[in-house]
Amino acid sequence: MPSGKRILADLRLFGRGYIRNAAGLFFGLIFPVVLILIFGAIFAENTGAVTVYVQNQDSGPISDSFLGALNNVTRLKVEMVDPSQNFTQYLSAHSSSDGIIIPEDFSASYLAGMPVNLTVYGNPSQTSSAIISGAVDGLADYFNLKYYNQNAFPVIGIDPANLRAGEPKYIDFLVPGLIGFSILVSPMFSMVSISSEYKKHKLFKQMSLTPLTKLEWLASKVLFYVLLSAFSFLLMVAVGVFVFGANITLSVWLIPFLILGPMLFCSLGMLVGTVTKSIESASVLGNIITFPMMFLSGTFFPISMMPEYLRTVAHGLPLFYVIEGLNNVMTYDNITSALIDIAVVTVITVIVFLAAAKLFKWRED
Amino acid sequence: MNPVEISSLKKHYGDIKAVDGISFTVSEGEVFGLLGPNGAGKTTCIEILEGLRKREEGTVKVLGLDPWRKGYELHKRIGVIPQGFTFHEKTSPREAIKYYADLFNVAVDADEILREVLLEDSAKNFFENLSGGQKQKMGFALSLVNDPELLFLDEPTTGLDPNARRAIWEVIRGLKKKGKTVILTTHYLEEAQQLADRVAIMDHGKIVAMGTSDEIIEQHGSGERLEIQGSEKLADYVRANTELKVDYAGKGLISIPLRKKIDALAALAAVEQSGMDWGEMQTRRDSLEDVFVRLVSGTIDEHGEIKTKENNGNADGKGRR
Repeated sequence: MPSGKRILADLRLFGRGYIRNAAGLFFGLIFPVVLILIFGAIFAENTGAVTVYVQNQDSGPISDSFLGALNNVTRLKVEMVDPSQNFTQYLSAHSSSDGIIIPEDFSASYLAGMPVNLTVYGNPSQTSSAIISGAVDGLADYFNLKYYNQNAFPVIGIDPANLRAGEPKYIDFLVPGLIGFSILVSPMFSMVSISSEYKKHKLFKQMSLTPLTKLEWLASKVLFYVLLSAFSFLLMVAVGVFVFGANITLSVWLIPFLILGPMLFCSLGMLVGTVTKSIESASVLGNIITFPMMFLSGTFFPISMMPEYLRTVAHGLPLFYVIEGLNNVMTYDNITSALIDIAVVTVITVIVFLAAAKLFKWRED
Repeated sequence: MNPVEISSLKKHYGDIKAVDGISFTVSEGEVFGLLGPNGAGKTTCIEILEGLRKREEGTVKVLGLDPWRKGYELHKRIGVIPQGFTFHEKTSPREAIKYYADLFNVAVDADEILREVLLEDSAKNFFENLSGGQKQKMGFALSLVNDPELLFLDEPTTGLDPNARRAIWEVIRGLKKKGKTVILTTHYLEEAQQLADRVAIMDHGKIVAMGTSDEIIEQHGSGERLEIQGSEKLADYVRANTELKVDYAGKGLISIPLRKKIDALAALAAVEQSGMDWGEMQTRRDSLEDVFVRLVSGTIDEHGEIKTKENNGNADGKGRR
């Protein structure tokens, strides 16, 4: 029967050792904040998403040729949205702020020379939105000129719209990304080294001579890293909001990620330390797993900035779902998508935790 | 029921027979020493008793329990100091005792335990700052937290300086006084002689001798002999002029086994008669050291550590696995 008293005793001992170790504290709490400060300062106004969602409510010939022209703009990727969809909800669900609505009477008005407006959703602070609005402006001018043969006022106007105030900036991606980073890095590196070093110095053997069970031991480590991650989370949100003015939604739906994430990477680190024979090989395997995940999961840059093949790779990395989930909650307030991330992370966590608990042995045969 | 009963215990690692069919019992309140060179199988044996390793064959009962199957119950009743005890670096002895007390769910007086293991002065120092002897004492302190009936000490003084070693011996004597049963492995002969009521000498996974020091000397040692300092010529003279067996051991030492005390007189008469120079003379018996060296075919180095042909110069304190 697991005992809370034993878990707490072990938690206290481990936590005290962790706090007394300056290096652990630095990498656990300070380092991610330093990263936020550096990346936040460098990339304060940069982003790369240029997918544009278009809902064509018109069925005439002009909207078709307008869309054809839009498709020819090389920096844009046009995604069509069915007219039956609620457009703003659709954008939210796809964690995007860039979209165009072609109104019902577009072709008719155009042909009749009546003014008609395109609704362009975007975020003025984002490069992607600037690219899209630039492209749409250009196309509108082109269509206007074509119709009036350079002697009249424009027919097609632009009606700018925002999904909500203050659409995502780079810092809004960076905060969840680096929270994911700290959820990954601290437990992972620490557990890889602990599990291989304890094995070498026979500390596990020693612990097996006490009533502490290996599950209790593992539980206390998970608990510690959940607490550390929560602390790190608060620190990073504070820096993001107060230093860089990040626009972040806080919600109870963050809690599953802050619990499952550390649990997942504690278990994964444990697994690495368990299946390897020496401290050196554990560290190598740990790095092979950790580093790609650290860079490709949307930690420092939004996934949308990466080429297609890297995005495919990212979808195979557990951290991707943690960061995507954090982004869905914190940046897009998109709980439906976050639930899918929670489900994926839960499944991966359960599998890795069970594998670690099964393979990890206190004593040898 | 004896605290420890094992018979025909075997454990192999591939072709290496780490423990090759050993049997012994340890009675209550006894300090039992497992003595042998590095790689003799002492640690494997003791770890099987502690429930840390699975045995291959034989029966093992420790406090009436099968240590591998009932390890969890057994561990609440035994104390163990593994070879080369280590702990979390940034933890003090006092904190560690508190931690163990929480794990065992017992209330202890940390100061009393620290006093018992002669570690009061370093109660607040982190483990990483303790000396080798102090680290070992911290191991003792932790092994006492659950007030165990039986203690396993695996090479408790290996790598310690003579003063630290003697301090650890004091601690072990204190435990014996309190009536604890202790099983101790060591490759220091003196340690076994100083502490153990009975000794089992292990070599190549087997017990080659067992009993009190006197019993082992009785069974495996030669009888009394006369030793005289003198030349090889003198040895030849005595051999020629008496009916005694005379050995010249080299370096000017003549050794004459005595079947009867009166043989000494005949030998001395012949020596005197020879007119040759001779120095000191004494009668002596085999010590445990003599017997031991003969049994494990090794030597004892200047640190009191046993060296055999296989592990000469390889005294890293680790047994073979």
